[in-house]
Amino acid sequence: MPFATNRPLARAEARVMARADLTRRLVAQLKHEEAVIGGIGFANFELWGAGHRPQNFYMLGSMGLAIPIALGVALAQPQRRVVALEGDGSLLMELGTLATVAGLRTPNLVMVIQDNGTYQITGGQKAASETADLIGIARESGLTQAAWAADEADFDAMVAQALSAPGPWVIGVRIGTDRPEATTERDPTRIRDRFMRGIGTIR
Amino acid sequence: MPDPKPWYETTVAVFKRHEIRLIPFVPDNVLRPLIGAIQADPFFTSFSCTREEEAMGVSAGGWMGGMRSIVLMQTSGFATLPNVIASLSVPFQIPTLMMVSERGTLGEFNLGQALVAKTMRPVLDALALEHHTIARDDELEFILDRSIRQAIATRMPACLILSPLLTGGKVFAA
Repeated sequence: MPFATNRPLARAEARVMARADLTRRLVAQLKHEEAVIGGIGFANFELWGAGHRPQNFYMLGSMGLAIPIALGVALAQPQRRVVALEGDGSLLMELGTLATVAGLRTPNLVMVIQDNGTYQITGGQKAASETADLIGIARESGLTQAAWAADEADFDAMVAQALSAPGPWVIGVRIGTDRPEATTERDPTRIRDRFMRGIGTIR
Repeated sequence: MPDPKPWYETTVAVFKRHEIRLIPFVPDNVLRPLIGAIQADPFFTSFSCTREEEAMGVSAGGWMGGMRSIVLMQTSGFATLPNVIASLSVPFQIPTLMMVSERGTLGEFNLGQALVAKTMRPVLDALALEHHTIARDDELEFILDRSIRQAIATRMPACLILSPLLTGGKVFAA
């Protein structure tokens, strides 16, 4: 299994992949109404583009809170897998949440970190993730099941493991700077209502 | 007259009555007996967060997943929250409850706290949020109970400010 056998890759050794393709690969493996929290910007645009699911929640602001929101859902619904899809700039804004999750060891929480080393949506300014290894930071925060995906096949295997075995899991992916294929519909009450119905909180 | 229950016991009882189980917080000395009572009770899921906005995210996720929640913090922590309230709680109609122990007044010894405290009510008013300052034991249960009911019914966040008149606050040791 990838997490067990991998020598942890350094960021520089991970292949740079396409965000849209990786998002479609993730969504393709969601067979049990897993909840997905899409972080702000291109992370959730691409999630929308991969095909809307009622169990998707798309953030419109509150940069950095994809993992905390996912943690809350995971605590409320321990029988459901919850995936946080977060960008590198967003995670840099809320690094402490890795320590919080590590302390709680929430088993049904999966974090996918998309890292292109830039604040792409605001004009491609360089981000500190180009030099700071976010997956290394996660591991040293106490999230021992954290690793970079070497390539697409490795990503698929890591997602399969993270959706079935006890977590918390952190999957790091290096991505390029392609523009997203879609833009999320921006209607917050509709997004929230659909999500709550999608995960069975309201009927 | 029997002694009234201490404020934190009344507070715990109201949280339980309303099935508020998820209580992320950033630690505060004045809130220590409340946090202690909550953490000693398996009814609650409660843990410290690294920032107040992180706790607001956890609370929002818990609410959407069906677990009622309140976030505990002190005044300076509230001052970090306008962005998350205006971009998550309010637009998504998530009725995040906040309980803030009030620093910066009635004997404050730290000028930084005193100035930060002055920003709290103007921010709450600018966001048109329901907020109440609780100063008396005999009003605590009513204000808490009604505020929780209103927040949930209207899907709007609410902020409950605990005055030093209620909690005793924090005083300069010298």
